[in-house]
Amino acid sequence: MTTASLTGANAAANVPLKRRLKRAERARQLKALALVVPLLLFLLFTFAGPIAGMLWRAVDDHEVRRVLPQTVAALASWDGKDLPDENTYAALASDIQAARTAGTVAIAAKRLNYALNGFRTILTSTARNLKAMPEPGTARETLGKINAAWRDRATWTTIRNASGPLTSFYLLGALDLVRNADGAIVAAPSDQAIYREVFARTFLISLGVTVLCLILGFPVAYLLATLPPGRSNLLMIFVLLPFWTSLLVRTCAWIVLLQSKGIVNDSLHWLGIIDEPLRLIYNRFGVCVAMTHVLLPFMILPLYSSMKAISPAYMRAAASLGAPPLTAFLRIYLPQTLPGIGAGSLLVFILALGYYITPALVGGAADQMISYFIALYTTETANWGLASALGAVLLLATILLALVYGKLVQGQQVTGGMKN
Amino acid sequence: MEAGIVTSAPALVRFSGIQKTYDGEHLVVKNLDLDIRKGEFVTLLGPSGSGKTTTLMMLAGFEVPTQGEIYLADRPIKNMPPHKRDIGMVFQNYALFPHLTIEENVAFPLSVRKTGKAETQERVKAALRMIKMEALAQRRPGQLSGGQQQRVALARALVFNPQLVLMDEPLGALDKRLREQMQLEIKQLHETMGITVVYVTHDQSEALTMSDRIAVFNDGIVQQIDRPDALYEHPVNSFVANFVGENNVLSGSVETVDKDYCRVALKAGGTVVARAVNVSGTGAATSLSVRPERVSILMDGTPGEQPNRLPAKVQNTIYLGDHALAVLDVSGNSEFMVKLQPGAHDSLRSGEDVFITFRPEDCLALDPV
Repeated sequence: MTTASLTGANAAANVPLKRRLKRAERARQLKALALVVPLLLFLLFTFAGPIAGMLWRAVDDHEVRRVLPQTVAALASWDGKDLPDENTYAALASDIQAARTAGTVAIAAKRLNYALNGFRTILTSTARNLKAMPEPGTARETLGKINAAWRDRATWTTIRNASGPLTSFYLLGALDLVRNADGAIVAAPSDQAIYREVFARTFLISLGVTVLCLILGFPVAYLLATLPPGRSNLLMIFVLLPFWTSLLVRTCAWIVLLQSKGIVNDSLHWLGIIDEPLRLIYNRFGVCVAMTHVLLPFMILPLYSSMKAISPAYMRAAASLGAPPLTAFLRIYLPQTLPGIGAGSLLVFILALGYYITPALVGGAADQMISYFIALYTTETANWGLASALGAVLLLATILLALVYGKLVQGQQVTGGMKN
Repeated sequence: MEAGIVTSAPALVRFSGIQKTYDGEHLVVKNLDLDIRKGEFVTLLGPSGSGKTTTLMMLAGFEVPTQGEIYLADRPIKNMPPHKRDIGMVFQNYALFPHLTIEENVAFPLSVRKTGKAETQERVKAALRMIKMEALAQRRPGQLSGGQQQRVALARALVFNPQLVLMDEPLGALDKRLREQMQLEIKQLHETMGITVVYVTHDQSEALTMSDRIAVFNDGIVQQIDRPDALYEHPVNSFVANFVGENNVLSGSVETVDKDYCRVALKAGGTVVARAVNVSGTGAATSLSVRPERVSILMDGTPGEQPNRLPAKVQNTIYLGDHALAVLDVSGNSEFMVKLQPGAHDSLRSGEDVFITFRPEDCLALDPV
């Protein structure tokens, strides 16, 4: 009995301590996991799934492949230097005949039209005029007769580039790049190159709004953190008030305030400061004002929480050591609020990047941000590939920013023990 | 009230008629007059809410007196902002800047004074050497223990040679052993550097250990300012007697007063001769104050005609290593302590009837509690 229990103890001792700890912790970890499973599933279906779908759509290219399968197969062996051979023409004629019966010509036409303006007409007119399958050996001639575009190498390059199953077309398009007839990546023609400017505009407006939020939010957060609890709570209610009002209502309120016959213009006119109403809305100014208002709490709250953690003793200590108020603020207070400034700025900036409704309502044509175009391609023109590609680029930019911020914060933690 | 040492050193700090109220109704500091001489170590001692910290904060410049004036080196400083006062301060929770290294923390007061780089380096090094923490110069405050943080706070408050150093319960967060060690270190620094220190604490033994003079605060009023030994031996009233050191209280009324001494009739019977320190006259109620170590226990049958001989009943005895305490019931006070040599308590039994005695000069007749 004693020997048995002794060997049992020895056996337990032989198992490494780490593994024994893991074993002991396992039940607890499983229990914790069970608690978050519903949330994980929810996120999987409502967040991870849609994002993966969006990323997939940005590179997915199946329309032409599905509608014109024989053509795609025949073009696979094409060297791209001259026009394709007779077989390819025959395959195309056969595909078009089949597609017309199935009613799928428009699907391929729409996809090809993205790549080459006017392709819709080429394909639909060919489908309409190709009464019967041409005699063997005359496919090239027949098709060329119906539409001269079939005698153009670029037409065939377009089909080949769109033959999938994956494409860089949308992603390149989101960055104002295209592949030329030789497959090299070149800048898009200037009349089609708009997205870089839109991205730059999106980042610029977001940056401006972030800076405005920081300038306006910092003193408020400081007040919140330093006022006696009663008054600070009252102020906090005012800060949080926007959260309890619909975003649409708040944005429309700005329209009422800022329009040419609005309260602001009328007041200024009444005061004799202006004669003509100022243009305050449907331009960049209106967008920045309205977005700053909406996003201000997201700046104030992280700032407040970082300031709340700063003991007033630090400022007193700085003063007693001979630092004038401004020096004490710049050298002692401000550095300790940096994590809050970083968190607030990142939050506001990332939220601003994806802002849709406010710029759409109070901005002019030249103030629309990237989300406007994503919405446009999703809901109006149903160009999901480009919408997804724009979304993917935006997502990538946001992730990069978050990573940079993470690195900065981590650096802070290594160097600044905020314990006291 | 101002007794204590008479020196020729000029007053560095003078509180003159200082009053302070926060709410406009209740005075936290009532009419404070206090001189602190150059090179002195003065402790403001009192229970919480007695006004000692408020007094310190007014001196540091973080609170403005409601009335009166404070002079620092003969200059009125009531309206001078804290950063111009040239006063070093050590805070209760150290208040080391968490985002700066130890070295940067100590260099801070020099850098805001635009001291030259070489001199700063030299003085910071000397300050860190003084607190024996040169090896940890590159650490952050969060990586140090409480005692180490306290040393750094001390070095930071001293490195710019301020004319005055204030300490606001600096050892409150440390454990007992470390606290006692730091008390000695601070005392040593005070002596070697010749600095003037105003120290706030509610711990009377800390005050007795470190101070040249102690100002005992209660209820916004300085009850007594004196050297530690004078405070212990000659308290001017019952509050000071009870707050500083262990004390036994017996209630009674004055029968007769004869010059420095008076005869007091105890409430529970018996009379005692005591020094008349703070009695208003014949017939007045009084509290007698006797220190535990000035009382002897007379075993059964010890003959004698001691002047202050009172019957007592042993409640229990407490062994404390270097000494022992006997808890007695004397004249209605059931917590009357008597300090004994270790071993002397062996023969005492709980419930035993004994007699105690003390010399008239060790018994003070003070104001009634």
